[in-house]
Amino acid sequence: MASRTRSESTPGDDGTSAVGDPLRPSDHVDGTPDDDAPDDGAVTQPRLNLVGYLRFFWRQLTSMRTALVLLLLLALGAVPGSLVPQRSSDPNGVVAYQTNNPDTFKILDSLGLFSTFTSPWFSAIYLLLFVSLVGCIIPRLKHHLDALRAKPPKTPARLERLVGFTSVTTTTDATTAIAEARSLLKRQGYRVADYDGSVSAERGYLRETGNLIFHIALVGILLTVGVFGSFGYTGQRILVQGEAFTNVISDYDSYEPGRFATENSLQPFQLRLDTFEPKYAAQSNGTWAAEDFAANLSTRVPGGAWTKQTLKVNAPVDIGGTNVYLLGNGFAPVVTVKDPKGAVVYSGPVAFLSQDNNLTSTGVIKVPDGLAKQVAFQGFFCPTPVDTPAGCRSLSPYLSTDAKALPVLQLSVFTGDLGLDEGAAVNQYSLNEDKLTKIAGFRTAVPGLDLHVGESADLPNGLGSIEFTGIKRFVSVDIHHDPTPGYALLFALLILGGLLLSLFVPRRRVWIKAVPGAGKKRTRIEYAGLARGEDPTLARAVADLAHRHQQHLDEVAEPTNHQDGEHRMTS
Amino acid sequence: MTPATLAAYSVVAVYSAMAVYVLAFIAFALDLAKRSAIAQSASAGAQAPASLSRASSGSAGAAKATGAAKSSTAVLETTAPPAVPTSSVAGRASRFQRTAYALVIVGWVVHVAALVLRGLAEGRVPWSDLYGFVVTGTGIMVGVFVFIQLWRDLKFLGAYIMAVVVLLLGLASVNFYVPVEPLNPALQSAWLVIHVFVATLGTGFFAVGGGLSIAQLLQTRREAGGLTRVPFLATFPASEVLENIAYRVIVVGFAFWTFTLMAGAIWAERAWGRYWGWDTKEVWTFIIWVVFAGYIHARATRGWRGSRSAWLAIIGFVAVMFNFTIVNLFFKGLHAYTGL
Repeated sequence: MASRTRSESTPGDDGTSAVGDPLRPSDHVDGTPDDDAPDDGAVTQPRLNLVGYLRFFWRQLTSMRTALVLLLLLALGAVPGSLVPQRSSDPNGVVAYQTNNPDTFKILDSLGLFSTFTSPWFSAIYLLLFVSLVGCIIPRLKHHLDALRAKPPKTPARLERLVGFTSVTTTTDATTAIAEARSLLKRQGYRVADYDGSVSAERGYLRETGNLIFHIALVGILLTVGVFGSFGYTGQRILVQGEAFTNVISDYDSYEPGRFATENSLQPFQLRLDTFEPKYAAQSNGTWAAEDFAANLSTRVPGGAWTKQTLKVNAPVDIGGTNVYLLGNGFAPVVTVKDPKGAVVYSGPVAFLSQDNNLTSTGVIKVPDGLAKQVAFQGFFCPTPVDTPAGCRSLSPYLSTDAKALPVLQLSVFTGDLGLDEGAAVNQYSLNEDKLTKIAGFRTAVPGLDLHVGESADLPNGLGSIEFTGIKRFVSVDIHHDPTPGYALLFALLILGGLLLSLFVPRRRVWIKAVPGAGKKRTRIEYAGLARGEDPTLARAVADLAHRHQQHLDEVAEPTNHQDGEHRMTS
Repeated sequence: MTPATLAAYSVVAVYSAMAVYVLAFIAFALDLAKRSAIAQSASAGAQAPASLSRASSGSAGAAKATGAAKSSTAVLETTAPPAVPTSSVAGRASRFQRTAYALVIVGWVVHVAALVLRGLAEGRVPWSDLYGFVVTGTGIMVGVFVFIQLWRDLKFLGAYIMAVVVLLLGLASVNFYVPVEPLNPALQSAWLVIHVFVATLGTGFFAVGGGLSIAQLLQTRREAGGLTRVPFLATFPASEVLENIAYRVIVVGFAFWTFTLMAGAIWAERAWGRYWGWDTKEVWTFIIWVVFAGYIHARATRGWRGSRSAWLAIIGFVAVMFNFTIVNLFFKGLHAYTGL
């Protein structure tokens, strides 16, 4: 029943190896207490040399208590990773945090809290934990491999101190009783060994096997992610309808290689967005909820023809081991900018990023060359516009066909230095207004530009003109090559399987001993068990075993020959 | 019936279930009061007041002896089974408790009906927004509580479970309610059914385990001579028995939680292009997993059994609740499916 009673009921002085697990850390409840490693440290210790210190340190590191403290530290250390935006999962959040709280940002950043999970202190915790784990599993693995080949240990001299001790006196002779016991235990999945006048049996080796598989697979996952994960890469790209993307580094909007990824890691293929079909449902509160997004792509590998494929949110497209995921979507107004003489200086679709469910979108058009000054446009695109003082807002994510509210592009105009000449990376979806002058739009003397498809407008100061020629769709895709998921899944399944075995298979030893009585053919049969690890049902299992054994003995004996005599039971 | 009508009936059913649960809570509370009275009269009648702790160790011994006796009577045909030392304190289920448990079952049937109606209204599993998730999660909690009684009588936890469930349902109905909406494309996956459902199953077991651990901590203090003003504890199992039951319940929850974490990773690989990215929800799922892993290790560490490991179980359950409410609502992340 109560597994804590186990320690009280284990025989300490009978000279058998039935108790304690020498390969467990000394502070494991099943371990052998270690005399020279006192629990509370308050005991005077012998002077240690370097090796002694190393051994002491190693023993501390591989102790249960250290593993436990490291586990709890790991949990605690992960908390800031959810409180503070992380560079890996939310880079914009980090930038916003830096802008809003510059002082706390410095402190938190010096602690590595914006990349908690790669910070030195977090890495130290899990690396120590895994070293401790390896230090624990290697000796246990060796011990378990030995145990798998070994016979169950010798029957303890005194069974009455063990769990579920039951003693029954019968008329069956000892040899028959032991033979029956052996075959019964074997049928119940026990490994058995005979020791004169008794059977020693053990079962549930899978518990330790599962436990070891679980822990080894944890190490496996860590290595898979840490080492093999570095061969992968991930990149993002905004893909406007009709545009073809080629899988080379220079064609990405952003690209993050793993540590060991090279240019050759990129599988050669091309990708083109043909059409994009969103579906929305009108809500009672006036907004629209997305029902489905389908991006119809054409893909091509070298030497092949274009093949059509559909990309959806939960259904990535796999191109020879590289996956393409659908992240976002929106509208890309197509504009043409001309100089005063009418020569085209800029033409093409520009992705405007959506700001709400109804696709009120904002974007930036940069024209660095061709006009008298560098010019930039910043503003809104609304597929179904309604006017507000701060610009248009969209009432629906669909392009309006109502002549009173046609899709509109509203732009402010800037001139000055776009910051593109220094060669530094510049975000193409935002505008650094430091070196720019607003010459038209909100809060200037000149009104901003309001354009519908097919309309054009002159720029202030005779700079030139801009025409809104059409609307295309765009999708943003995540392109991802990761060699690890297969291995990670394999290890994850091993973890789950190992865990189930190690938690739910009881490991136990039981003994059945037959003691021939004086005269009258009376035999005393004793039953007892020993739990190895958590085993709350051991007492019941021993009682059940005793019951079945007696039934078998009754069947072997004459039907009239009822068992009788004195029985003794302790709990 | 239109979806809107079905959804409206579902809301009515949720409120009805809450009302029945409140009645069940009251009946469970009366049962605890009755237990207090029994415990007090037992200690006042028989021995000096200081013997409460001994009475309980008697009942713990009784529990053990009962278990052993039950299983060994078959062997011991010819001898009388040992007298089962029934402690005067550990009486049979009171009328209040039987009423309360019947109410729980009635409430649970209504609760499940609410979920079915919501599911029909949405044309899918009813746990795709925070409201539906909490209604489902509490339904599973009550379900675990109801079915676990077949294994072991833990009805003394009734008041605790009812309090947690009613508070969560009230919170969901008042603050999280959203009308039926089409399913977010990111959630259109079979994993929505598996991943989320198993997560709620794990939560149900952690809830019961948390309650047992709280009872264990209280019982430990009473056994040490404290808490004399909470006499009903004398009718609970001994702290060590509570600890063992809690462990067995929590490891089941832990297995479910491990599966949740893995199923989530597989889904994330399909939906977001990576199986693990330290999204806030992933972080908290990981934290909870590590805390319960710590709990299991604590059970095997000298000096950490008993109260310390019980505290870990409680911290783990609090983290689960935190994850499903605060993290869902206020933490920025990819699991932005509250519908709010």
